[in-house]
This record gives sequence, structure tokens and C-alpha cells, in this order.
Amino acid sequence: MNKVLLSGNEAIARGTYEAGALVACAYPGTPSTEILENMVQYKEVDSSWAPNEKVALEVGIGACFGGARALVTMKHVGVNVAADPLFTLTYTGVRGGLVLVTADDPELHSSQNEQDNRNYAKFAKVPMFEPADSQEALDYTKLSFEVSEQFDTPVLLRSTTRISHSKSAVVLGERPQQIPTPSLKRDPAKLVMLPGNARRRHYDVEERVLRLEEWSCDQPFNRIEKGKGEVGVITSGVSYQYVKEVLPDADVLKLGMVYPLPKRLIRDFAANYKTLYVVEELDPFIEEQVRAMGIDVIGKDKLPICGELTPGRVAKALFGSDLPAENTADLPQRPPNMCPGCPHRGVFMELNRAKAYVTGDIGCYTLGFMPPLSAMDTCVCMGASIGNATGISKVLSAEEQRKVVAVIGDSTFLHTGINGLMDMAYNKSTATVIILDNRITAMTGRQENPTSGFTLADQPTYRVDMEQLCKAVGVEHVKVIDPYDIALTRKTVREEMARAELSVIITTRPCMLVPRDNLERRNPLYVDHELCTGCKACLRLGCPAITWDEQSKKSNVDKIICVGCKVCKQTCGFDAFQEIEA
Amino acid sequence: MNTTNILLAGVGGQGILLASEVLSEVCLMAGLDVKKNEIHGMSQRGGSVVSHVRFGEKVYSSIIPEGEVDILFSFELLETCRYLPLLRKDGRIVASNWKIAPPSVALGKQAYPAELTEKIRSQFANTTIVEGLDIALEVGNAKTVNTVLLGALSNMLDFDHALWLTALERMVPPKLLEINLKAFAAGREVK
Ligand SMILES: Cc1ncc(C[n+]2csc(CCOP(=O)(O)OP(=O)(O)O)c2C)c(N)n1
Repeated sequence: MNKVLLSGNEAIARGTYEAGALVACAYPGTPSTEILENMVQYKEVDSSWAPNEKVALEVGIGACFGGARALVTMKHVGVNVAADPLFTLTYTGVRGGLVLVTADDPELHSSQNEQDNRNYAKFAKVPMFEPADSQEALDYTKLSFEVSEQFDTPVLLRSTTRISHSKSAVVLGERPQQIPTPSLKRDPAKLVMLPGNARRRHYDVEERVLRLEEWSCDQPFNRIEKGKGEVGVITSGVSYQYVKEVLPDADVLKLGMVYPLPKRLIRDFAANYKTLYVVEELDPFIEEQVRAMGIDVIGKDKLPICGELTPGRVAKALFGSDLPAENTADLPQRPPNMCPGCPHRGVFMELNRAKAYVTGDIGCYTLGFMPPLSAMDTCVCMGASIGNATGISKVLSAEEQRKVVAVIGDSTFLHTGINGLMDMAYNKSTATVIILDNRITAMTGRQENPTSGFTLADQPTYRVDMEQLCKAVGVEHVKVIDPYDIALTRKTVREEMARAELSVIITTRPCMLVPRDNLERRNPLYVDHELCTGCKACLRLGCPAITWDEQSKKSNVDKIICVGCKVCKQTCGFDAFQEIEA
Repeated sequence: MNTTNILLAGVGGQGILLASEVLSEVCLMAGLDVKKNEIHGMSQRGGSVVSHVRFGEKVYSSIIPEGEVDILFSFELLETCRYLPLLRKDGRIVASNWKIAPPSVALGKQAYPAELTEKIRSQFANTTIVEGLDIALEVGNAKTVNTVLLGALSNMLDFDHALWLTALERMVPPKLLEINLKAFAAGREVK
């Protein structure tokens, strides 16, 4: 058997292809993004980026109502956005199989919270599979499509960062030769969820959970691995791997489906042990349900709820083993930073200088929080900057109101910011909004969005006209600026902050990491030490290409990483930054 | 056969992820079970990057159990120090002498810690420091540092030379293959 190394995300994409799916739709979000990026290689599947998770799920639902198998993927917080369709889709059920991947992020490697989306399975009464490695990610994806059709239900597939971004060996299968042809089929009693219909469907949902529970007790994905028979462990997902490292002799009930739980199987298993552990990351999700069955277990009384598990953390929690101390002594940290030439940088320097109160949002520009830019005061969830600016302006004095500036990226603006801007115009907010339009969803690794002019498959398409869009919702003052022009940026920011009316500033420089948008070659700069006075004004930018030389007491530019944006040149009062002629 | 644990560490943009791909591919071709794991969300943005590679007969966790790193394979000096506590007492180190200033150093607020090589050696006798960047420049391309380092690492592992070459052929873009093979050979000369 030929094995290949695949990440969990690559394996989910492959499983979707092998399941004969015809549609895949998503909004990017770490750690889920690479699933759709990998779908593109399977030309038989129509794969696309939606502007947000709700739209992505609704597209998937439409395809499944047409009789096709559809995959929808998102990060954990994306499910909050898609929750509305999800909670009624569970009533309608499916026609073609529908699998929703939720990629959770224990430890918040790249997220704003640490929610445990297993709770969504219980809340929405939807079965949930949880793979423990890449082979299972592939197998469970295919299984999820089958279960979806067999039980007439959407299926949640839960991954976590350590599953999505780990590689392990996988045996590949084939795509079926015959795939049912989608067609129109009317079934209003099942698909039109008015109260009369939905009331009846609710009974079907409850009955479905019971059937799934009974069925899952005898399925191979819920399996018992015999050890020495002294202690028992119930676990699932990545935690299973840590259990095998730390408790190699234990008997293990490994759950492949974490909702609904196989109660009969659990009861029979638990009866054998005086010591029974539940080892799970984040919430006591399995534990609480097992305890509710009247079974006593050791779980979150020892294991942490916050943060991800690791072999060492499990050993420490269960046996008090020592964890090596972190080596922090005198070692400077290396936090992430905006790239050299990032078009966001100068805007934040100016916001800092204008002493703006910045309601922030989520994207690369959230790094504007870090020193020395230090120009972000709030950041809640995608799109929140705009509503937050509206709300805080409502309660401030006229003078303080002027300080309020919402800052949001293009992808985030189209995700859920536009509704907030409509509200601002409609209810006559006086705040200032800056849309940092770099034409790409940069934070998650540069995915196309409706401002890019290109699709997921890199095909040319329409571009949203941001200026017209803002005007269309009723914003009278819309300013479009080049953020590499610092004087203009400064002037515009100050004027619009001072204005006692709503205004929007749109910056237009593309992300400098996108080759198709950066065709113009620019020369790197150097610092002429004859002219540099060592005033450190340029250091306010926090550009990774500019370093302070302690010996000469002057700045230097690293010409290998400088991209020649010349923003630093404009911060220098002594003309010390010069171009290196090619 | 016990599991071997290699921790790769460095700074975003140094080519750590490619190096760990090549290493994992070699393990797979050698018929071993292998898992690799990394946090790369911030790698583009100059943050610290680590990648775990584990191989053996059967590997469970993709995270190396804390304190069980057999080889710390590091691309930057300060990052090497950051992960020393994760090594076994008799752990080995292959590290580049490359220094990349973190933001606080670049801004003149902190100094790059001094005498790191000496500190590393005093704790772990079995340390090979590779002048990776100098060797890569000699080979003719600064971007091949990661391959130079892989060459140095390959001396410590029991894999056929041919497997390394096949893995490089598979993972390196054809245009850059020749120079990378040269870089790998130069890395193998480091003792
Ligand atoms: C609901 C939700 N979905 C997805 C994400 C992941 N995510 C973080 S920022 C971001 C978009 C960033 O794009 P943009 O607003 O254009 O800013 P840029 O990074 O390009 O500066 C995404 C998709 C999230 N945090 N929350």
C-alpha cells in the first residue's frame, strides 16, 4: 500500500473528493483555510470562497438540496456566524450529504477565543465526528457524507489545530465512478421551515439523535483498545494520541463520534474499572454527559480546561510529573510583526500620532496594537469595529467623539462590516471609518475575496467597488488615499476625525506579498549615515527592515528584506533614507 | 525501535517548513511511521517558528513530549536557546550561528544576548554549530541555508544518502535543485 504524508486539512480535502462531493464552499480562517486551498486541485468539485461563513453554509445547503454532496469549512468562531442556517438545517435535514468542518483552535494559536465547538453538536443536535490523525480525517470525512445521507442530517466534522496542521501517513482511495446527477425536487413540508412544518420536524430531530446514539454503539469508529485492564480511559480526537503516550497500558475507549455519545457502550466499558479517566481538551463535554449517566470519572478536576493538551500536560495533571521550565531568562521575545512594506503600517503611525481611539478589527492590521505603533483600543470579532465605533460615539461628548476611528480590512468589511456601515449612515453616526483595502484576505495566508478581482481558482472576476459601495449605503464623505503617501494619510486622517459627520477613508495599496498586484519593481533603501542624526523618528514605524545600530547610534536598513515602500523616507526629517540604484 | 524526536526551530522565512518536509519524506521513504507538526500561522510575519518531527515504528502524539527532544535542529541562535529546556539531558544540537534581531533588539531597547554559543555548549556537549549562512553564500545562494543545515543534520541520522537526494528532488523546485544539492553536500562536510 502506497502511503503519502498529508496534513489533516489535506486529508479532509482528499476525503471530500473521494466521497464524490460536487461542491465545497468556505470562508478562510486558521486552522481550516488549507482545506479549500487543497480542494482546488480536484477539478471535479466546484470550490469557492464565500464572503462569510453564513453564506458559505447557505451555498452548501443549496447544493445539498439539489442532491449534491457538499463540504463547508470554517474556523471555530466561523460557526457562530453560520449558526443561524445550521440550527434550522438540522430540522430540514439534507438531500445530498452535507458536512460542515469546524476547525477549533485550543491554545488560541491564531484566534480571538478558545470556544469548544463540540457544544454546537449537542446544541444543534447534529452528529459530530472527531478524527485523531490524517488517516482518520480522510476516512471520517467520507463516513460523514454517508451518515449525513443515511440519517438525513448535516454532520459536523471537528478538527483542531494539531490535527489540521499535523502531517501523518495516509492511504489514498478513489473517487466513485458513478455520482448521482443533481436535479430539482420539491419537498416543501421538509424544506420550508414555517412553524407548522418545523414543529413536526423537531420530533424527527429528537428521534434521529436517539437512533444515532444506538447505532453508534456498534460502529468500528467507537472502539475499545485493550491494555492491561487496570485503568480505563475515555477519549477522542488528538487527546487519544496523548493518552497512548502517557498511559500506554490503559484500556482505552476511543470515540470517533463525540455526539451523540454511545451510552450503552460507555456503560459497559465503565463497569470494568475502579479508575476511569476522561481525557479531553477544553470543556468537560464528554465528562459531563458521562457523569449525567451516574458514572464517576476523573476528568477536569485534574486536567486543565484552558489551553491545549500535550503529552507533558496530561502527565502533569494525572500524575504530577514535572514539566520542563520555559527558558525565558533574558531571551527577547519574537512576536509577529507587519511585513516590510505593509501598507497598513503608516496608517497606524498616523492614528497613534493623532491620538485616535481605535475600535479595531481582525486581520493583519490587528498587529497595529503592538508597539511601537500601539494604535488599537478594542478588537472583539470580525466586523465589530464598526458597530463598536457607533456605540461608543453615542455615549461620548462631542469632543471625545472626534477621536473615535473604526479600522477594518477589506475582507472583514465585506464579511460583516458592511451591515454596521449601513447602520452608521442610517442612524447618522459621526465616527470615522478606515477601510484598509489591500485587495486580499492577508491574515489567513492571502485568500482571494470579492475585492481581489480573482476567484479561489485564480480566475478573473468582478471586483467590488468599495467607494461606490460606501456611497450607496449613504456615506457622503468617502476619501480614497494611497497609504504610502504619509503626508496625505496624515492630512486625511486628521480632517476626517475633525469632521462632525460620518466619513470613510479607503486605502488602496495591495498587500505587498501578492505578486500579481506588485508588478512595479522598487529599489531598496539605505541610510546615509552622514545625514542620519540618530533621532529615531523612523523607529516609530516598527518596520522589520529598519534596525538601530547601538555602536554608530544611527539607523540601518536591511536591504535583503526592504521592499522600497519609502514610508520611512517620509518620516525622516534629514533625508537620510536613500534609494539603492539597481 | 524507539521513536526519535527532532525539534526544528527558527524564525519565519528561514525555510524551516521545507526542511521539515524533506526530513519527514526521508523517514516515510525509509519505511517508518512519521508525524510532523507545526504552528505556522504567524510564520510569514517574522515570529518564532517550531516544527516537530517524530519517527519510529509507531508514533502517536505529533507533539514531542516535553523534555524528550533527541535532536534540536535550529536555524537561529537565540531560538536555539529558547528551546533548550525541551531537550533530553543527553540531547544533541545542530544549530546555525545565524543571528536575527527580534523587534526589541532592532529598536535598540534590548541587546541581543551575548555568548550564546558558549552557553549552549556548556549545557549540551554534543553540539554542532554550523556557519550556515557563510556556507550558503559560498555555494552561491543565501536561500539554501536550510539545505546546508539539513546536510549537517543528515550526518547524525541513519538514513541512506540516496533517500535524502530523492526527497530533495521531490520537494525542491527543479530550477533550484542543482544549487540545493550542492548546499546539501557542503552541509555534510561540516563536522
Ligand atoms: C468569524 C471569523 N472568521 C474568520 C476568521 C479568521 N480571520 C481572521 S482575520 C481575517 C480576515 C483578514 O482579512 P482583511 O480584513 O482583508 O485584513 P488583512 O489581513 O488583509 O489586513 C480572517 C478571515 C475570524 N477571526 N473570525
